[in-house]
Amino acid sequence: MATRGFFGKQRDPALEARIPPGQALTEDFPVLSAGPTPRVETSSWKFTLKVGPRAVKAWTWDEFHALPQTKLTRDIHCVTTWSKLDTHWQGVMVDDLLGDAGIEPPTGFTLAHSYDGYSTNVPTPDLVGGKAMVATIYDGLPLTPDHGGPARLLVPHLYFWKSAKWVNALQFTERDELGFWELRGYHAYGDPWREQRYTGDP
Amino acid sequence: MTPTTPLLWQTATLERVVPQTARVSSFFFRLSQPFRHVAGQHVDVRLTAPDGYVAQRGYSIGSGPESEPGVIELCIEELEGGEVSPFFHEVAKPGDEIELRGPLGGHFIWTEPMGGPVLLIAGGSGVVPLMAMARHRAALGSQVPMALLYSARVWDELIFREELLQLHGARNGFDLVLTLTRDAEKREGARGRRIDSAMVMEAIDQFPEPPKLVYLCGSNAFVAAASDAVIAAGIAETAIRTERYGG
Repeated sequence: MATRGFFGKQRDPALEARIPPGQALTEDFPVLSAGPTPRVETSSWKFTLKVGPRAVKAWTWDEFHALPQTKLTRDIHCVTTWSKLDTHWQGVMVDDLLGDAGIEPPTGFTLAHSYDGYSTNVPTPDLVGGKAMVATIYDGLPLTPDHGGPARLLVPHLYFWKSAKWVNALQFTERDELGFWELRGYHAYGDPWREQRYTGDP
Repeated sequence: MTPTTPLLWQTATLERVVPQTARVSSFFFRLSQPFRHVAGQHVDVRLTAPDGYVAQRGYSIGSGPESEPGVIELCIEELEGGEVSPFFHEVAKPGDEIELRGPLGGHFIWTEPMGGPVLLIAGGSGVVPLMAMARHRAALGSQVPMALLYSARVWDELIFREELLQLHGARNGFDLVLTLTRDAEKREGARGRRIDSAMVMEAIDQFPEPPKLVYLCGSNAFVAAASDAVIAAGIAETAIRTERYGG
């Protein structure tokens, strides 16, 4: 249904192919979260890999930085309809975390947990094979608390709520267990190209 | 709160436009598929250009669930250089149809069984979903203590000002503390500084116990500063729910 009198902004055809349906380009980096921004000190920061309830490996801030550091440049897409192109990140690939822990992906499902109690579910295949990292640097600078610092998950091919801020654990689960927003009406998978915004979207 | 069937797009007809401030108007839409929302929820609005290009934006519902059956009120601020808000302010006329879907959101919501006391803190147009909560409480005749701490730049940018003053004047457990950060004139009953912990304490001093739920809505900078003030006032971080207007 065309809307009377609506034409939209001038669009750049070169960029249009990179913008999923219903999204609009933003130049700034909006901040969204369910509650106040937690202040996490790197001196007490810890990141844990869990299989079910069992912790299999944990890293301090220094140990984490001794792991291979990778840079990624990716487009990101927020469910609130902004997209941002060519964002620059640095951190540790989930592949390298598994490698350092000496394990293969043990189950098909993962829950990411955060310092503020937030969680989000991502299928394990979407986290490995060079697809996702735990990022500590954005645009060349330490990730600020507003944007999830000291560390956030980065799963850029899914809507950005999956890239959990203030992340402190990845937990492999036997079943697909829904996370915080997924229990509150948001889609279990969240593919921006299929516009999987809300529960029930195909 | 978790629908298992897809939320379908529906057409909605613009019934009337009511200016609230110089830059904010209320747009009342009649739903072709009426729904009942929960206070605090939003809808996604979809506009389609002749070439098929689609723009989507989320807008909080300002009306209470009981306000007007089959009609929702969206308050839209005209943003310079925007794509969707200028359409509503400069092009849309009563009788026009748009598409929307909802109601959406299962976190930044308040229902009476969730209880209280409830502290609402709004910056600018962040008052909209909180107004739905205040209207819901009023429509129910609820006894749950509620207070709204509302910050705007100047007196004439206070959205819903007269209705809020009336709700406050009814003296039935709804408190209102207004603060203006840029108004040159002194306004009776309005503070003249940014929100701080002393103002939070003042807003909740009629509560019989500390607030069980705190809802913060506004720009990111506002929400960050207001959460610091709430935490400094000794309120548990876990009580705080935020909604930030991202841009």
